[in-house]
Amino acid sequence: MSQLDPDIDHLLRRAGFGVSASEVETFSRMSPNNAVAYLVDYEGRPDDVDARIGRPDHSQVVSKDLFSPDIDIDDARQRWLFRMIHTRRPLQEQMALFWHNHFATAYSKLVANSGALQAAKMFAYKPGALRGPQGQLELFRQDALGNFRDLLIKVAQDAAMLVWLDGKSNTAASPQENFGREVMEIFTIGVGHYTEADVRAASRVFTGWNLKSSEPFRRDDPNAYQAFFYSADDHDTGAKTFSFPIAGGSHTIPERGAANGMQDGMDLITALATHPETARRLARKFWNFFVSEVQAPDPQFIEGTAAVYLQSGTEIKPVVRYVLASPWFRDPSVRFARYSWPPEFVARAIKEVGWQGVSLDQVRTPLANMGMLLFEPPNVGGWPSGAAWFSTATMLARSNFGAQLVVDQKEQLAASLSSDGQTQQGLMTAMAQRITTAPLDAGPQQALASYLVAGGAWTGSAEQIATRASGLARLLVGSPEYQLI
Amino acid sequence: MRISRRLFIRDGVATVTLGLTAPAFLSAIAQAQGLSSRRLVVVYLGGGNDALNTLIPYQDQSYYSRRPTIAVPAGQVLQVGADATGRGLGLHPRLGGLLNIFNEGKLALVQRAGYPDSSRSHFEATDIFGTANPSTSSGSGWLGRYLDTLPKPVDALSAWNTTGETPRALVSGQVGVPAISSANTYRFASPNRGSAALQERAAAEAMAANPAPGRPHLGFVNSTNRSAIETIDRAAQALNYTPTIAYPNNGFGLALRTVAGAIVTGIGSRVYWVSTGGYDTHAEQGAGGGQYGNLMGTLGDGLFAFYSDVRNHGLANDTTVVVFSEFGRRIAENGSGGTDHGAAGLMMVLGGAVRGGLHGTAASLQPGHPTLENSSGDVRFETDFRSVYARLLDNWLGVNSVPILNGDFRAGAPAIF
Repeated sequence: MSQLDPDIDHLLRRAGFGVSASEVETFSRMSPNNAVAYLVDYEGRPDDVDARIGRPDHSQVVSKDLFSPDIDIDDARQRWLFRMIHTRRPLQEQMALFWHNHFATAYSKLVANSGALQAAKMFAYKPGALRGPQGQLELFRQDALGNFRDLLIKVAQDAAMLVWLDGKSNTAASPQENFGREVMEIFTIGVGHYTEADVRAASRVFTGWNLKSSEPFRRDDPNAYQAFFYSADDHDTGAKTFSFPIAGGSHTIPERGAANGMQDGMDLITALATHPETARRLARKFWNFFVSEVQAPDPQFIEGTAAVYLQSGTEIKPVVRYVLASPWFRDPSVRFARYSWPPEFVARAIKEVGWQGVSLDQVRTPLANMGMLLFEPPNVGGWPSGAAWFSTATMLARSNFGAQLVVDQKEQLAASLSSDGQTQQGLMTAMAQRITTAPLDAGPQQALASYLVAGGAWTGSAEQIATRASGLARLLVGSPEYQLI
Repeated sequence: MRISRRLFIRDGVATVTLGLTAPAFLSAIAQAQGLSSRRLVVVYLGGGNDALNTLIPYQDQSYYSRRPTIAVPAGQVLQVGADATGRGLGLHPRLGGLLNIFNEGKLALVQRAGYPDSSRSHFEATDIFGTANPSTSSGSGWLGRYLDTLPKPVDALSAWNTTGETPRALVSGQVGVPAISSANTYRFASPNRGSAALQERAAAEAMAANPAPGRPHLGFVNSTNRSAIETIDRAAQALNYTPTIAYPNNGFGLALRTVAGAIVTGIGSRVYWVSTGGYDTHAEQGAGGGQYGNLMGTLGDGLFAFYSDVRNHGLANDTTVVVFSEFGRRIAENGSGGTDHGAAGLMMVLGGAVRGGLHGTAASLQPGHPTLENSSGDVRFETDFRSVYARLLDNWLGVNSVPILNGDFRAGAPAIF
């Protein structure tokens, strides 16, 4: 048990990545309501986390050459993990992760299409030193708690998405259904609320929503880029009719001249974003993401959350505030009722165990083995989450990450526990305060106690503390109880 | 049973393996139950395979007119004869390995496999092939329900999933299927060495034994962890297998090599799950070569290596492979040189006991033909995929398919055995 109010611990596990020892003081004087406001209204605090990359008292990024997170995907992965661990705006990174899964786009297809440098840039370019539009992740961070309709439009015009779902080659002469289908099935209303005719109509709506390359365009030039381009000549100007209402009760987007044809996409996205099924679908996703994956969504929660979403004009910030302050979220029975995503698990373990000397580059392979390599979702549906995170292979990857992390922290752990470690119980209590698992039943508690004295009775010698403290930390981080948040 | 202890150091992290000496790795439970040695390997082609470019109707003029840039030229296809209506068919030119198996009479090609009102959603369609119920995309899977019929206690390795996540088909009410893809990571690592490392493993196993009353979600993670620790040592035997033939050095080839290792070293798993992706070819898929050609090369070369390896061990007659995808693709190519989501697809079944050949009939791709649907955009199904499942359950795995499939799908099943 950490020293914080259990409500705040719960909040920080869900709306953030746990609490490091250095953050305990910040949150120890807050009420739960203040903590919600602190997390949601993060814009009052500077987005300064990237400036701390390279500081020796933080976790480390390690790169073959110059660290280039704007154009190298492995460096971009390290930067994002660094942000999760060290940010002062944890909910912003958490929501970016949510949107990355919601609008799941995979690096490997972008590489096949545009080469490694351009692919990394389309995901991770943070506006500043180079030319071209911001990367998809920067969009998700910028609009993390923004307006969902606006985010959908930006996603539909995002270079990575235009490559990923082939919008770049969607033309009137030969419409391309990939984006037209997924914008309904995955991004908004979901299966069962559209027809095959709607898929064809949606594909025609987005004809001409293509990409244009900078000139000259060389794939390996960091200043080269591709950007959204509305190609009026390739737009299908005919009317498009849907099974659901578009605007003012009409189901049809009227015939329009090609010059104004981009409005078709705006109309369809507005209709989809404000569709009641989108509101309910997002509410269900927020239930699973923030509240519980164990209890089925309470219909009242779904209707309440959907109503906030629709009444606020598809703004996400009031929705998340509503969810985190709701009685469903505060109900003690939902604590530890969610399966952590691999980056949540990894970031929290690093924050709790310690980051001295931790190389974030060495976290990439374990994350892949846990089933979540960032920027590489298995398909447009995102990662199968919940219980699906757990197979024997992924559980071993999580458990073994505990060993990897602790190896580097062995000395630091032993030093910080030298006085608590004078008794077996003292060591156990201090460690449990630091590494916060779901409650341990008697059986696991007994297994841990037996482990501490498996090599001989407790003496509190420096060697015994070094061995058993690291072993205990490994067992706690690798425990099933720690995988729940 | 003699247990040897080995300790590896990798990246400064110690790994403990309890090596079981031969012949202990044949599952004691499987032996005691006298289970048949027949096994089923399920291969899932993720993304929706373009069946019309796998088994090509190379005499159909509409195939060429509706696929101006991605049709495989008639001169390149690997001819496999004609269906019952006289339509000439051929395999994709990169499927030379499969042609060999076909010519031996050990590859069955089940054309136009699907179901009424086919879902065009990847996720729903994949789940439907998993549940074997077109009206339900949640709940247990057909192979999971098969595993539920095995005598108790069920061996922890009664099935073996080579992918990281559990597919819907393997979701069971009672049996958790281990996911084992790599020897490198399927291990128990420790920050300590020697006896402390062994004690950590023992403690982790003891913690995972907690049934977690009142917290079934924790109980689930516990049982997954327990199953992981219990299977590490047996899996290591299979993962260290040296094959009789070189497998292609890609994920699919390596997964098949793992399966062959498990089969040859006598692990006793009844069902294996393998998947290979990249089939969602919306753009620039190519014809005889290109992106789709690479997919076919990976598929055909991997399956041929696996079949040959297993046959070299004299185990082909006990091994059946079934290949499926969640849907076929649209008949006409789109503006990006690819194909969008379609309907009926192709299932392939191969193995020493399989009755090979062309099963079912090809569609005519001419617009308006009754073998088409969705305004003649897609191929209409002819053989219900569940009838193939029924045949595999009844005639191969030796269980009654009716309760597992929640219905009798034996009528009209292709005679693949």
